[in-house]
Amino acid sequence: MAIDSKVVAQVAHLARLKVDEADSAALSDRLNDILAMVDQLQQADVTDVAPMAHPLDVTQPLREDEVSEPNVRDKALDIAPAAEDGCFLVPRVIE
Amino acid sequence: MSWEVVIGLEIHVQLNTVSKLFSGSKLSTGAEPNTQASLVDLGMPGTLPVVNKEAVRKAALFGLAINADICRHSVFERKNYFYPDLPKGYQTTQLAEPIVGAGEVEIQLENGEKKTVRIHHAHLEEDAGKSLHEDFHGMTGIDLNRAGTPLIEVVTEPDMSNAEEAVAFARKLHAIVTSIGICDGDMSQGNMRFDVNVSIRKPGEPLGTRTETKNLNSFRFMERAIKLEVERQIDVLEDGGEIVQETRLYNGDTHTARSMRSKEDANDYRYFPCPDLLPVAITDADLEALKAAMPELPNARKARFMDDYQLSEYDADLLSGSIATATFFEGAAKAGGDAKLAANWVMGELAARLNAEDKDISDSPVSAEQLGQLIARLKDGTISSKIAKQVFEACWAGEGDPDTIIEAKGLKQMSDSGELEKIVDDIIANNAPQVEDYRNSDDAKKKKKIGFFVGQAMKATQGKANPQQLNQLLREKLQ
Repeated sequence: MAIDSKVVAQVAHLARLKVDEADSAALSDRLNDILAMVDQLQQADVTDVAPMAHPLDVTQPLREDEVSEPNVRDKALDIAPAAEDGCFLVPRVIE
Repeated sequence: MSWEVVIGLEIHVQLNTVSKLFSGSKLSTGAEPNTQASLVDLGMPGTLPVVNKEAVRKAALFGLAINADICRHSVFERKNYFYPDLPKGYQTTQLAEPIVGAGEVEIQLENGEKKTVRIHHAHLEEDAGKSLHEDFHGMTGIDLNRAGTPLIEVVTEPDMSNAEEAVAFARKLHAIVTSIGICDGDMSQGNMRFDVNVSIRKPGEPLGTRTETKNLNSFRFMERAIKLEVERQIDVLEDGGEIVQETRLYNGDTHTARSMRSKEDANDYRYFPCPDLLPVAITDADLEALKAAMPELPNARKARFMDDYQLSEYDADLLSGSIATATFFEGAAKAGGDAKLAANWVMGELAARLNAEDKDISDSPVSAEQLGQLIARLKDGTISSKIAKQVFEACWAGEGDPDTIIEAKGLKQMSDSGELEKIVDDIIANNAPQVEDYRNSDDAKKKKKIGFFVGQAMKATQGKANPQQLNQLLREKLQ
């Protein structure tokens, strides 16, 4: 698939990134280069290779189901732009 | 030609672990806002998730309970979207390699038939925080205590064809997850939340466009929301309109639903495997250990109730439907020494009383042991069934154990036949006209007229006379 300015704008919006119109063409080119590289990778014969979700051939260590974290509310609320009654405050969101 | 309804469900089941899925924060409801949100839950830079062993174990146990394949290397992925109660900007969930693969759940329909609902898969994921829209003068308050709570999302195939089947499935799933002890099952606390996908079509045609009604938290609301949506879709199509694929919100208080603002890009979550988490391995030994520790499942319990207690299939189904009811029934049956009586009381008097006060059986003021004691006194003839109801009410009101109540209120059935005989003699002596009338009646009328004397005797003994004994005495004396 080819990436044009429209796709760049769409992806930027999804990621909440601000992209200047002026940079859009250059960004499209670079993203297309990356996709071309992926296309090249996809030509590799992987018939006998099991798909992997992670580059390391190890599995996830698990922790015991225990409470280990202290209450950090005061510190967290201190660095928030706005807080009230123990809650973080954000501009009103209504679905 | 009538419409055919197609329903699939997605159910979020909250796992009852002690700590969260990816952090050691305490998991509990009712805490002060944000006091159970650690740096991991807050999405602070530099933190890393560590998976809770017990959450994985519980998810796999569920898989075994529905005869599903368990994924040996399940993979966590990031589902990316922005919302204030999702501090990381993504939800850690599973997509391509969920921990629980395809399985099935058998449900019993109202007409007695059985139906199998196929489970597409179930995956482990974290819950988001809560957005509070009230009380913040035009702003939204964010409480992240719930962020990171372990959930399994169970996704069914579209195998249900009406609201009743969907509810039967939901109840069965509730029975399974509470029986195997992975979820507390408290619907009022959001322990189980249902999303229903509904579409309609003419028989034989391809699937219609579906809508999703989200976040239904009671069986009743689910049933009503499905019926409402089916009616709406029929109206739209029969008026020549088209169904739009959308997410809808149901309001149980007003019994209305509305479309949620749906943007075209809303479903573009750009999933990718979470680089912070390695695949979660489940070994043969893990599975063997889980199988060995599998608690009794609802179907097995129902069969056992029919075998051990000679209950009808209907009774066994009702009593085994929830672990709390099953445990209560078995406790009462054991303490009372009579399963049939215990079944009748649990499904009758107790259920009616709980229903009237909108209480769960686990909050019953009368304990299983107390009900058992009441049944034992009924069985050994200490009290009549009429008095038993009185004792039950007193016990419900917190006046103590049945034995204490029977003693304190002097409710013991009169077992001394001499004492009862004296009372009967007095009644006969004091009611000469009625006695005369009785003796001049034919057998059919006598049967009716004896009621007067029974009533008098019960009044004189405050209901404590043994009915059989009293009837026999009266018949003899009135000859």
